[in-house]
Amino acid sequence: MRRFSSSERYIVSEELGKAVDVAVAIGRPLLIKGEPGTGKTLLAVDLAKQLGMPLVRWQVKSTTKAVEGLYQYDTVKRLHDSRFGDGDVGDIGKYIELGPLGRSFAEDHQSVVLIDEVDKADLEFPNDLLHELDAMSFTIPETGEVIEAKRRPIVVITSNNEKELPDAFLRRCVFHWIAFPERDLMAQIVAVHHPDVEEQLLAGAIEAFYRLRRIDGLRKPPSTSELIDWIAALRHADMDPAKLLGAGLPFLGVLLKKEQDVTLAERGGQRSGRH
Amino acid sequence: MLGARAGIGSGRGVPLFLDFFYKLRERGLKVSAHNWLSLLDALGRGLHESSLDGFYAVARCILVNDEGDYDGFDLAFAETFRGVVTSLEHMADQLDEWLRDPKQLMHIDPALRELIEAAGGIEELRRQLLERLAEQKGRHEGGNRWVGTGGTSAFGQGGVNPAGVRMGGKGGGRSALAVADARRFRELRKDLVLDTRQMGTALRRLRRLKRKGVIEELDIDGTVDETARNCGDLEIVMRPPRKNDVRMILLLDVGGSMDPHAELVSRMFSAASQHGGFKELESYYFHNCVYSKVYEDAAFTKPVPIDQIVRKTDSNWYLVMVGDAWMHPGELLMTSSSFWSLEPAPSGLRCLAKLADHFPRAAWINPEPKRLWEAPTISEIGRLFEMFPLSLDGIGDMVEHMRAPPRPVRRARIGQVLREGE
Repeated sequence: MRRFSSSERYIVSEELGKAVDVAVAIGRPLLIKGEPGTGKTLLAVDLAKQLGMPLVRWQVKSTTKAVEGLYQYDTVKRLHDSRFGDGDVGDIGKYIELGPLGRSFAEDHQSVVLIDEVDKADLEFPNDLLHELDAMSFTIPETGEVIEAKRRPIVVITSNNEKELPDAFLRRCVFHWIAFPERDLMAQIVAVHHPDVEEQLLAGAIEAFYRLRRIDGLRKPPSTSELIDWIAALRHADMDPAKLLGAGLPFLGVLLKKEQDVTLAERGGQRSGRH
Repeated sequence: MLGARAGIGSGRGVPLFLDFFYKLRERGLKVSAHNWLSLLDALGRGLHESSLDGFYAVARCILVNDEGDYDGFDLAFAETFRGVVTSLEHMADQLDEWLRDPKQLMHIDPALRELIEAAGGIEELRRQLLERLAEQKGRHEGGNRWVGTGGTSAFGQGGVNPAGVRMGGKGGGRSALAVADARRFRELRKDLVLDTRQMGTALRRLRRLKRKGVIEELDIDGTVDETARNCGDLEIVMRPPRKNDVRMILLLDVGGSMDPHAELVSRMFSAASQHGGFKELESYYFHNCVYSKVYEDAAFTKPVPIDQIVRKTDSNWYLVMVGDAWMHPGELLMTSSSFWSLEPAPSGLRCLAKLADHFPRAAWINPEPKRLWEAPTISEIGRLFEMFPLSLDGIGDMVEHMRAPPRPVRRARIGQVLREGE
C-alpha cells in the first residue's frame, strides 16, 4: 500500500495522510477544507509529485461553469473559419477543446486533478459535476463523442467554506478538514520553507505569530503562508529576535492585511482575552 | 443473497460496529449507506492497517463530511470503543485472525457490486439497510443478518479489538481514543436546524432571468437568421448573457419578541444575501411595526423614511417582511410616529398598506408557529401581506406566491386601509 506522507516540501498530519490514502485507494474525490493558507492547494501539488503524476489544475471562479471543466465548443472560431478560413468546418471535433477534467480523462496516463476553490462557483456547480466524477465519463453532445477516463484521475477538491456544498456532493467525497497547525507542526512547516533559519528567530517569530492570532476581533487572522513570508522578511532585514518579544512587531503588514487589524494589533491587542 | 453470510467469525464484531453506527446517528451524523459501503471498501483494502488509530482516521474521513461533525464523531467513537477492551477479550483471537488477514475481506468487493445490482441498486439497498437496522436495534446478537453483503465480515473487521492489536504509537503516542477524547473539534459544531444553503436554494427559485449587461454571448439562432437574410454571408449576432434581474427589499423585525428567532432570521438573511443571487438586495430593520421610518442598522441609528424607499424603487422590486407581527393592537392602529410620541403620523397599519400597495410582489415571513396566527394583529397584517412560516417549505411557498399575480381580495383590502386613513 502506497502511503502519502510528509515530504521535504510539504508536511502532513497523520490523519490527512490517511485521508489521502483512502481517497486514492477507493477512487473517490478528496475534499479538503480549512482556513486559507493551511496548504490545501499545495497538498495536490505535492501529491502529484510524490506519485510522479502530472497535475492538472482547474481554478474555479465565480463565473466558472461545470461544463468548462469538461470541454468547450468554440462556435465563433468555427463560424469565422466557415467564412474566412480554410479547412473543413464540417469537422466539429476540431472546434472542441477539452477542459482540465476532460483532458485528464483523455490522457493515457493517470493524473492528479486539482479542482481549486470549488466554493467560489455557483451554488449548482458541484451538483453539475456529480455524474462526471462518479462515472468518470461524459458525452459531448455536439459530436456525440464519449470521453471516458482511461485511468481514473485522482481528484483533489479544495474549499474555503465560502458556500456550503450540497449533500449529494459531500456524500461522494472523502473529506478532511485541515485544522490550523499547532506550534510543533508549524515549526516543521516553516522549516520546510526556511531550512536554515536561526533557531532563536524561528521560536520568536512563531511565538509572536500565535500571540497575534490570539487577539480577539481580528478580521483576518494571519495564516501559515503569511508567517512564512514574514519570516522571509525578518531574515532579509537581519532582524534581532529580541524585537519580536514586545508589542510593535516589525513588518506587521506582511502578517495582517486589514487596516483595522493592524490598528488593533498595534494597540497591543489589549482586548486579547484568552491566553 | 441478502440473507447470506460471509466470512468467519462475523457475529461478534458486528454489534460493536452497529453500536458505532447508532451512536453516530444519535450524534446527528447523517451517515448514508453510500458512505457505509465506502467504509467497507476501505476496510476491505486494509487501509486501517489493523489498528484502532487507523480505523479512526479511515472512518472519519469517509463518514464525516463537515468539520462541524468532527466533535460528534469523536464523542460517538469514544463512547463506542471505550470499555471495549474488557468486553472484547474473549473474542480477541477471532478478531485478531481477521485483522491479520485482510485477504479474507477482499472477496467482498466484487460480491458487493453484484449485490448492489441484485438488490435493485443503491437506493433499494439503502432502504433495506435501514429496515434491518431498525429491526436489529437494541438486539445485540445475531448480527449475521446484517445486510449480508459480505459486509458482515467487514463490520467485524471494523470492530477492532484494542486488546489484540497494536494500538499504533504514531502521532505523538496518542491512541485514537485519546484523540477522540480530547474533543479537539468542539468549537466547530453547528447543530443547525435549517441550513443556509437549503434556504438559499429555495430563494433562488425566485429568479427572473433577463438579458442585460455586457454583450458577450453568441446568439446562434440570431446568427443563423441574419446570415440567411444576408444571402449566406456570415453575420454574427451577439447578445448579453442571462442574469437574474430580481431586486429585493428585506424588512426585518428585530428585538423584543423577535429575540428568540434572531438566529433563524439571521440565517434567512445570509441565505438571501449569499445564495439568493439577486441583482440587488436591500435590507432595513424595524421594531414591532413599521411606521413612517425604518432603519438601515439593527441598532436603529440610521433612519430611512419609507417614502424614500418607495420613491427609490419601482413595483418590480420584491418586498419580503420578516417579523412575528405580534404587538399591542394599539401599536398597529394608533396615529403617532411612534408609541411614545404624540406627533400625528400615519398608523402602522397604513404604513404597511402603503408598502403592500407599492410592492405588488410582497410577502410576510412569520417565525411564530401557524397556530398563533389567529392573534388580532397577526391576522390583521395577514390581510395585507400573505403570510408564510419561517421554514424551508414556507420559503418555498412564498416563492410560488410571489411569482403569481396579486389576488384581488388582498388588493381591495389594501385600498380600503389606504382610504380609511385619509
